[in-house]
Amino acid sequence: MTGNFDWAYLFEISLTGIAGGGLYALAALAFVMVYKATRVVNIAIGELLMVGAYLFFTFASMFALPLWLAIPAAVLGTGLLGAVIERTMIRPLLGEPPISVFMVTVGLASVLVGLVEMIWTADQRRLPDFMPTQPIMVGDAFLAPKVFWGALIAVVFIAAVLVVFRFWRGGVALRATASDQAAAYSVGINVPRVFSLAWVASAMLAAISGIIVGSIGGISSSMGVFGLSVLVVVIVGGLDSVLGALVGGILIGLIEALAGAYLGGEYKLLATFIVLVAVLLVRPYGLFGTHEIERL
Amino acid sequence: MRIGTLKETYIADAALFDSRTQKVWLAVGAALLVLFPFMASDYWLYLACLVSINVASATGLNILTGYTGLVSLGQAAFMGLGAYTVAVLETKVGTPFVLNLLTGGFVAMLGGIVVGIPSLRVKGLYLAIATIAASFIAHFIFANWKFTGGTGGLSVPPAKLFGMALDTSFRLYWLIVPVTLLMLLGAANLFRTRVGRAFIAIRDRDISAEVLGIPLLRYKLLSFGLSSFYAGVAGGLWAYFFRVVTPESFPLLMSIFFLAAIIVGGMGSILGGILGAVFMTMVPELLKLVVDLMPGGSELTVFLSPVRTVIFGLLIIGFLVFEPHGLAEVWRRVRRFFHLWPFRN
Repeated sequence: MTGNFDWAYLFEISLTGIAGGGLYALAALAFVMVYKATRVVNIAIGELLMVGAYLFFTFASMFALPLWLAIPAAVLGTGLLGAVIERTMIRPLLGEPPISVFMVTVGLASVLVGLVEMIWTADQRRLPDFMPTQPIMVGDAFLAPKVFWGALIAVVFIAAVLVVFRFWRGGVALRATASDQAAAYSVGINVPRVFSLAWVASAMLAAISGIIVGSIGGISSSMGVFGLSVLVVVIVGGLDSVLGALVGGILIGLIEALAGAYLGGEYKLLATFIVLVAVLLVRPYGLFGTHEIERL
Repeated sequence: MRIGTLKETYIADAALFDSRTQKVWLAVGAALLVLFPFMASDYWLYLACLVSINVASATGLNILTGYTGLVSLGQAAFMGLGAYTVAVLETKVGTPFVLNLLTGGFVAMLGGIVVGIPSLRVKGLYLAIATIAASFIAHFIFANWKFTGGTGGLSVPPAKLFGMALDTSFRLYWLIVPVTLLMLLGAANLFRTRVGRAFIAIRDRDISAEVLGIPLLRYKLLSFGLSSFYAGVAGGLWAYFFRVVTPESFPLLMSIFFLAAIIVGGMGSILGGILGAVFMTMVPELLKLVVDLMPGGSELTVFLSPVRTVIFGLLIIGFLVFEPHGLAEVWRRVRRFFHLWPFRN
């Protein structure tokens, strides 16, 4: 350990981790959007990712559509699914305790996994390559091209989402609903529509990150496990904080990569969960989450 | 129309079984439980044992989630703790099984209390996720510690009662079902005591409960401890039943299964925990029967596992959307119908 510590290796691993964290951040953003607007903890986020990736697989590999058509089709399809989920499962539960709604998304995750296994079988599939395959060098460090381009796409979309929700009317309505539902109602915002909007937007974002994640690691019906890491990210960052999702994503990506490289692959999830417990003990509402004050 | 159930004393009002009809039916039920192993086939006995183990664990989770309002996704991990304790004691120490089961329960209880410590500060879904973290850490320890046999797990010799090995479903039935009944009785009585009522107060509003003089941390930890004790004993029974314990035996999915069971059955009701666990354990089996009966069944078996996953999810969603108080409420409605008969409402 003394003297000849391989700094270049550490740098390389960290880069990969940060790039992977970009993907977490995108998925976490999808999660936070629904949580902020509707106060629903969507544990099925990983499964929505999976559906997006499988739809892309269907359009691109089975129907042989060109990429510029297959990707939007998959994203729109998942968005539609998001709308259906909101109308049929989430809206009837408005006003029910959060635990019930949480459990509905648990059920939803199970339904989606089952459907995917029925339609596409449980076998692992490969998505068609659409990213450049030249290796990326940052200084002396090598970065897998898929990871690099994936992270870049994720960053672009994160930026786009942030801009859209800052300036677009619907985005402002969404932020208004998030900060005070009753006030949003009283200034004429159609709150139920905003709920739909949040779910559709979140499902579409999930589809995008699903396509990226799928093209890096392949797709299978157990892809939803990615959602577990996303869950850790949003809890660490704070459920209702966009900044938290971004910082948490990169932090967890980094920790996973470092744990995987220095301790071994089986330590990845363990390390993230230990970080989760540590953060919860110090800051029960996550790093950037709002601390709710309870009254009687 | 049910008449003559006027209660004159507080004791009568708080009694566990209040009417004669109820006692008669309970006696009938008990007789059926005694007769069942002599009439049923091995397959049904196997199911009965499995159902019984699940009922015990679901009841434990019901104490924590249904009555105290703390959502936990770590029930399977606590079962794992109990199962591993029993497996280690049975293979390496060789103590009698009653002692092993109790130790399993207490080890799980300790685990539960440790996991419960954040519950004072961390609430609701943050807590649920924290329990997921605990179950992953437990899984890691089971899989990587030499003492627990690593990924291969441990195999458990059968429990011995006066030199007789309890190695068939028929014999195990006489161990598992009475233990479960005892635990059910304990849980039902718990909520007639100060402790149980404190749990309910915490569920309804924890700050109000604290104002009323209920020390939150102590009671929340107690609830975690009791719930994991149930899980630990259920896990111990599980170990004796399946006779092999591996890290993969207690996945997160199993915790979700128990949470689903008490939702489908009815949270905050002992009967709900029983009905839910029976129902959720039997549905996959019934599904298998239906597929076997259908023409061209062999081709459909490929779809059996995904269909089971879908139905599992749909049951959770369906119950939450249409019947949020679960099967226990359905049961109550049926009972009310007979109580009021021949009048409609």
